[in-house]
Amino acid sequence: MALRLPRSGVPQVLAFLAILAINWTVSPQFFDIRLQDGRLFGSLIDVFNRGAPVALLSLGMVLVIATRGIDLSVGAVMAISGAIAASLADTHPLPVVLAAALGAGLLCGLWNGLLVAVLGIQPIVATLILMVAGRGIAQLITEGRIVTFTAPELVWFGGGSVLGIPAPVAITLGMLLVTLILVRGTALGLMIEATGGNARASALAGVGTTAMTMAVYVWCSLCAALAGIIAAADILGADANNAGLWLELDAILAVVIGGTSLFGGRFSLVYAVLGALIIQAMNTGILLSGFRPEFNLVVKAVVVLVVLLMQSPRLSGLGLLLSRVSK
Amino acid sequence: MNRLFPVLVTTAVFLIGFVVCSLQFPNFASTRVVADLLTDNAFLGIVATGMTFVIISGGIDLSVGAVIGFTTVFLALAIQQLGISPWLAFAAILIVCAAFGAAMGAVIQYFDLPPFIVTLAGMFLARGASFLMSTESIPINAPLYSELPDYAIKLPGDGQLTVIAMIMLAVFAFGIVLLHFTRFGANVYALGGSRVTAALMGVRIGRVTILIYTLSSVLAGLSGIVFSFYTSAGYSLSAVGVELDTIAAVVIGGTLLAGGYGFVFGTFVGVLIQGLIQSYINFDGTLSSWWTKIATGILLFAFIVLQQAMVGFARRRSRRAVGVTLS
Repeated sequence: MALRLPRSGVPQVLAFLAILAINWTVSPQFFDIRLQDGRLFGSLIDVFNRGAPVALLSLGMVLVIATRGIDLSVGAVMAISGAIAASLADTHPLPVVLAAALGAGLLCGLWNGLLVAVLGIQPIVATLILMVAGRGIAQLITEGRIVTFTAPELVWFGGGSVLGIPAPVAITLGMLLVTLILVRGTALGLMIEATGGNARASALAGVGTTAMTMAVYVWCSLCAALAGIIAAADILGADANNAGLWLELDAILAVVIGGTSLFGGRFSLVYAVLGALIIQAMNTGILLSGFRPEFNLVVKAVVVLVVLLMQSPRLSGLGLLLSRVSK
Repeated sequence: MNRLFPVLVTTAVFLIGFVVCSLQFPNFASTRVVADLLTDNAFLGIVATGMTFVIISGGIDLSVGAVIGFTTVFLALAIQQLGISPWLAFAAILIVCAAFGAAMGAVIQYFDLPPFIVTLAGMFLARGASFLMSTESIPINAPLYSELPDYAIKLPGDGQLTVIAMIMLAVFAFGIVLLHFTRFGANVYALGGSRVTAALMGVRIGRVTILIYTLSSVLAGLSGIVFSFYTSAGYSLSAVGVELDTIAAVVIGGTLLAGGYGFVFGTFVGVLIQGLIQSYINFDGTLSSWWTKIATGILLFAFIVLQQAMVGFARRRSRRAVGVTLS
């Protein structure tokens, strides 16, 4: 039995179910779902709903990490797009608001992609620039205030529903499908994995590594911009200081839990989204069980360490050795 | 001369910035402003010294801000609630920090994991632990804390060289000696140049890696002590985001993020430049605080591009020297 944990996805599903079961023992009404005003409510729905922004971020992040990169700026991009959406919402029609907010995300992604793919700067540093400056830019847009809005079209993104499914969940599902079709329905996913596996060899083999790298950063920032709109619609306002704060870390964590290797070269979209849901289910569970929310960070730290140690090249070498012995 | 070029550029930027500020604000060029610059950035300078070692060795330490927060809460609880003597508390927290850093270094070394994700887990752990200890801001009113301003040295003019500024200068002096004049310092450079080569040359990379992260965490702990002097309080949310300011200061100071190159003196100037931007905004009065972030981002970008250009130039020259040309 080789240690093939990261590929199969069974541990992720088991972990998710286990956490849901723990939540259920802590709070017996956890699985109660009711339909009210044409929208589903309940703790389980809440896990999906609250997990949607991080799930969206992890969709983009998983592609970036597959190219051996990292994007630290997604939280700041969320703040920028939320600020733009909130300040335009009451004076402009919805298409203009969406175009402006997503357009800002596109520009951020192009900037990150340019630094990484064309100038050849290490991803962690290149995206650090936007992480530091982005929040300043968001505050510039909101002029340091918390901008609120009432436009019902934009509010729908946070509180609306499609066939009873809350809008954030529906949007995330839609984005997951689009991303899946784009990267797994075509050769794009393979080329992204090739770029992460060995950029130089892939370039020599004819893969457009520069374009691939640009594309994943643009996609990541677009997902972040969409998450920013949802976050702003959720609180009916944009808080440039706190919107998306530390969510980049949650997104990276979700990708790592999803079994995508930080060393690039292979990725799984579905399990990354599942990783985001696992994180949210843990958060909800800690809240339901009456523990102080401060436990969250410690639990997350332990989870990161455990998952990392399972992924560690040294340990998987050990697993291989054990499997040989058992044969 | 060529080796020192980035540090010279940084120093020139600082001097030009200082002259510009002095021309604009008549009271700027005084010992008071300079002394305040040192005092206000003392905690940043101390932690940036440790980060310089980490980055030159090719790593990164994202946990330093959380360690500072942990230290301030630990000190406040130990001194105020348990009534332990401040000196004993200082010794205890530095030992805790040393163990914490050594553990991170050991995980990075023996499980072959990327430093940024390990120190990210460390950041969650330290921040979570400080939340668990207390979520409130606890004032510290031990006699040592109130006596501290008495030890400041009066400078000609209106300035005062405070104790915490002196601690920072001492740490920088210690860092310069350790990095540039000891075997440990040479090993840090060797590790950043190439781990494999360093190991083949007989550097005990495991020991050096653990020592580097221990040093970084101990200096973060010292920085937390200084931070508690500065604010006379312990708060679990203090120094959020300081890891980014620290990395920015190190990069602006001319240290190569890929490792293997950099000077402690450059980091000192990098810290001063960040302080200078803050002072300029304070003096101006009409600019909002978010311009600090944007200006830091722009400077970060400029220095990273400068580094890329220099590395590219050096590579082309070495290729020409051995007679290799790429088509």
